[in-house]
Amino acid sequence: MKRSTVWGWFWVILGVLYLVIPLWGAFDFSLRAERDVIGFAAYARAFADDDFWRTFIFSNQMALISIVISVLLIVLTAYWVQLKLPQLRPIVEFITLLPFVIPAIILVFGYIKLYSRPLAVGPISLLPPLTNTDFSTNILLVAGYVVLALPYMYRSVDNGLRAIDVRTLTEAAQSLGANWITIMFRIIMPNLRAALLSGALLTFAIVVGELTIATFLGRPAFGPYLQLLGQHKAYEPAALSIASFLLTWGAMILIYFVTRGTETQTTGAH
Amino acid sequence: MAFLELSNIRKQFSSNAAPAVQDFNLSVERGEFVSFLGPSGCGKTTTLRMIAGFEQPTAGKIAINGADVTHIPANKRRIGMVFQSYALFPNMTVADNIGFGLRVAHRPKAEIEARVEEMLKLIHLTNRAKHYPAQLSGGQQQRVALARAIAIKPELLLLDEPLSALDAKIRVSLRTEIRAIQRQTGVTAVYVTHDQEEAMSLSDRIVVMSEGRIEQVGTPFEIYNFPKTQFVASFVGTLNQLTARVVDRTVGTLDLEGQQIVGPKLDEAINGEMISIALRPEMIDLDGAGKGEAVNHLRGRVEETTFLGSIVRTRVKLRDSVISFDTFNNPNLTLPQRGAEITVVFPREAVLTLKPSRGTVESEI
Repeated sequence: MKRSTVWGWFWVILGVLYLVIPLWGAFDFSLRAERDVIGFAAYARAFADDDFWRTFIFSNQMALISIVISVLLIVLTAYWVQLKLPQLRPIVEFITLLPFVIPAIILVFGYIKLYSRPLAVGPISLLPPLTNTDFSTNILLVAGYVVLALPYMYRSVDNGLRAIDVRTLTEAAQSLGANWITIMFRIIMPNLRAALLSGALLTFAIVVGELTIATFLGRPAFGPYLQLLGQHKAYEPAALSIASFLLTWGAMILIYFVTRGTETQTTGAH
Repeated sequence: MAFLELSNIRKQFSSNAAPAVQDFNLSVERGEFVSFLGPSGCGKTTTLRMIAGFEQPTAGKIAINGADVTHIPANKRRIGMVFQSYALFPNMTVADNIGFGLRVAHRPKAEIEARVEEMLKLIHLTNRAKHYPAQLSGGQQQRVALARAIAIKPELLLLDEPLSALDAKIRVSLRTEIRAIQRQTGVTAVYVTHDQEEAMSLSDRIVVMSEGRIEQVGTPFEIYNFPKTQFVASFVGTLNQLTARVVDRTVGTLDLEGQQIVGPKLDEAINGEMISIALRPEMIDLDGAGKGEAVNHLRGRVEETTFLGSIVRTRVKLRDSVISFDTFNNPNLTLPQRGAEITVVFPREAVLTLKPSRGTVESEI
């Protein structure tokens, strides 16, 4: 066996062990909730907790709304920049990198500072305080999530758009009588399926695990619940971590099968 | 009234750039197949895109079937377009692609299915209806693109170098198919190409363009045999371009590097003036080849003889210039030897006297 192949395998195995050993440790720990018994008691207790379901469902709802808003906002923006305003691309890319630079805590403090009092121009009130009701606070929460997911969703969508000839497909659709809505929803978005799923998964992962914004806005999200649970319980947080990990892997496998279906549409014998 | 009318069309992409298209005036009759022919950057695609509605003219007017469409959006012009890159929708099957325009127009389902079936038969791809574009060859994709464009029964069919991405053999068969389909459907077509053979084999008329302007409009026969400018003469077909001195303008006698030849009468020239002339290689022949009486004889030395299969091309050095002439291959032919003294002959009407590009006509007949 060649020396380079040996070293190659060495680093692969080392990397896998680096990832797998802690996971195995957490999984093993999560099975030992009962003394001298290997079982899923921690999982049963975690899933039996009403707070778990309440916060998990809440975070999923917020994730879904964030994904929809992100998709609409970013696909339309990226599409228009690619089609009509390519000179704006550097500015848009800079904006999408800002969430990496601005910590979530700064973002949420900015929201609270700006939106906890009415937005008025002189005597005219444009917007009431958004932190006064659950519904309006949820709007702030979703806005925060959309901002956090911006870099990931934009890059996914932009890569997807670059893989298709956006301009010619748009013109072909226009020559056949299609308006902008038809072009967006019947041509562009279906051809971005893989990119949108990737972006959606990343957004989902960010939202479900997010702690800072949800905590400071006082919303019953899954991130704060996990943190609280970790302060009082030992085995249940480990069980939920493994469950989250499996959920993420399940989503990635789903993406694989879906994108493999689109590859059949885009590759083939000539 | 012409079916497609372009009046004084001008397109300038920025105020400090040269116009991409200028002084463009053209009338196209219903059912006609017109090609825009020219080198890259001559403005042919820009003009086509203005007809389609993807670009707005800086000035001028475009009318289709009597209606001014200059400022009408592309999706309201009832045109069909075929692109160089096919532009089939990757997420749709062949049948769905063809039926797309009809679904957008909210046609009844039965009508869509019947029309799609009709188109699939027309392009001979009935067994590929459920395939995706990536599963088709380039030629098949372009046929689907063509079917998609004509399925909606457009008023005008626009084709932007649709064969450029295909290999030579497919190009030839597909262009025949395109022309047959256009004749069968009777749709008015505007075709953009830089390939003169394509333009001449397909078109009722050709618009030769250069630097954003029309050089000449005519049938393929007129464009090839009676080019009006140097550009048209040199772009369409091969051409020997020479400089000669006018000896007698009333007769058309010229001095070509010390040898006298006779061309057309030169009403606008002055005796002693140096003018540009051109000779088509296929109009020149070897002396004694028996093609009838020729007025003009030129003596030279054979520089090179190239066997091209059905054609033999010979390059002959005159005093300063080199001219080429073509003869059909013949097993009994004795090829001129390199370095041999040779006399070539050509009739008076083979001499084309040309104005510079975008000039007035001077050549006769």
